[in-house]
Amino acid sequence: MNIADLVNEKNTGLPPKNAPVDGKLRLEQVNLYYGSFRAVKDLSLDIDTCSITAIIGPSGCGKSSMLRLFNRMNDLIASARVEGLVEFDGVDIYQAGVDVVELRKRVGMVFQKPNPFPMSIYDNVAFGPRRHGIRNKRALDEIVEKSLVQAALWDEVKDKLDQSGLSISGGQQQRLCIARVLAVEPEVILMDEPCSALDPIATLKIEDLMRTLTSTYTIVIVTHNMQQAARVSDMTAFLMVDDDRSGTLVEYGATSEIFTNPKNQKTEDYITGRFG
Amino acid sequence: MAVTADLQGHPPGSIFRGKPRWGERIIEKIIFFNGMVAILVLLGVFIILLREGIPALIETPFFEFLFGTTWYPVSEPPTFGILPFFVATMWVTLISTVLAVPIGVGAAVFLAEVAPRRVADAVKPIVELLSGFPSVVMGFIGLVLLSPWVQNSLNLNTGLTGLTAGIMLAMMSLPIIVSVSEDALRAVPDEYRQAAYGLGSTKWEVIWHVCVPSALSGISAAVMLGVGRAIGETMTVLMVAGGALALPELPTEPMTPMTAAIASGIGNAVQGGLQYHALFAIGLILFVLTLVVNLIAARILTAQKRKFARE
Repeated sequence: MNIADLVNEKNTGLPPKNAPVDGKLRLEQVNLYYGSFRAVKDLSLDIDTCSITAIIGPSGCGKSSMLRLFNRMNDLIASARVEGLVEFDGVDIYQAGVDVVELRKRVGMVFQKPNPFPMSIYDNVAFGPRRHGIRNKRALDEIVEKSLVQAALWDEVKDKLDQSGLSISGGQQQRLCIARVLAVEPEVILMDEPCSALDPIATLKIEDLMRTLTSTYTIVIVTHNMQQAARVSDMTAFLMVDDDRSGTLVEYGATSEIFTNPKNQKTEDYITGRFG
Repeated sequence: MAVTADLQGHPPGSIFRGKPRWGERIIEKIIFFNGMVAILVLLGVFIILLREGIPALIETPFFEFLFGTTWYPVSEPPTFGILPFFVATMWVTLISTVLAVPIGVGAAVFLAEVAPRRVADAVKPIVELLSGFPSVVMGFIGLVLLSPWVQNSLNLNTGLTGLTAGIMLAMMSLPIIVSVSEDALRAVPDEYRQAAYGLGSTKWEVIWHVCVPSALSGISAAVMLGVGRAIGETMTVLMVAGGALALPELPTEPMTPMTAAIASGIGNAVQGGLQYHALFAIGLILFVLTLVVNLIAARILTAQKRKFARE
């Protein structure tokens, strides 16, 4: 029995793992409300498997809210409400019967501020696998090493795995958080301004890491840094606040197109630094 | 400002200052004095305890005092063995802790992590209000309500037992355990919860594997405060623990914890007499006991901090 069968058997309401579909993630006419305030309006876009998609736009335009649609993190906010279709491998993830816990295993998230748990480096990485039932010490050792190697952190921490995850530098902490997500073996990694608290060298390391991860993972990254979007992403979505203060998608396309030949005047103004 | 040089000859506007800042100095002195007063008072209490307690420990050898099972202060010759009181304190504290810690921490988890904010904000002040209940009132409640129930349901000769006292003490230490643990849980950064949910954890897993461990130092402090309260509480145990002087083998027997022994004995003791000194010696042992509890708490806290400290 393979994992896909197991997942189906548990009836999580989600598609089998790594189902062969064109669009990994899809938004169709999505509106997100916090109470009566509409944070994002009429979002529609397709995100391909194994690509890096950057979401850019001025502060408060709903970038993070949009990102959190994909793993239903907005559920944690009592007043949040979603309209429209959010698809993961062709399945509506907001329909009844979807197991949010299972969804978040497959759509992992890295946050703006490095947020390792106040436990050892080892326990941080082993946290997800342990919650999902792996108890065998050797299996955990393997997962921890593999994840830290993938996150390009192994060489720096292999001799101090029992030290606190908070004792390493900010850039290392963020890579630890990435390793922690990788240990769960997700298919999609959502990154919410992962480098905004890091220095340029640590930022470059994370960007290199993203480029290597994209062979197996679909990555969506929110960033304030337009150079970063240009350097790292395949596709770019530009969001802006419209007249009623809701975030709307102004332009979505190949990163090379958006940055060299934007179709929308607002996009051009933003990327050339005329506002925002 | 006068446009002349000051007394030391510094020109106006220079970075030199001719006169000292008296205000600063006086405030520093006052704060230093206040700190010293607090320390000296504590030291004074300890010295008095030692001075009044040591004579009893000279008269009755220390081990006999600690492990003797009879307390006959007025017989001839008097014997001063405090083991029954010590064991009574242990029973009462144990029962109180076993009851109050799971319930208290559970309630704190409910208030901090599960209950809607509105409910938590309404309930917490009520819980905290309970800690202000005069202990004599709690003793009265134990006497009138709890002890008949204990007597009937366990079929005992009397409802005034260590168990009854332990249950009352649990109620009295609950508020502080709930309140301090809840504060500790609220102080856990939301980023930890987000990260755990983002990794596909259930609500229970987030609470049990992230929030509670992160708040563990605060929760242990809460537990130690609760234990301290149970050890030190006097009036309630004096009223409901039964007051028997025999060595209690079971918690369902009447007993006299150390605090109650001091409170009930001090009225009859002649000042400067042997019994008077013996009661002070009990006080000394109580003091050492609470000191040990506090030291353990401090050890847990620093170990916890060292483990998870940022750099």
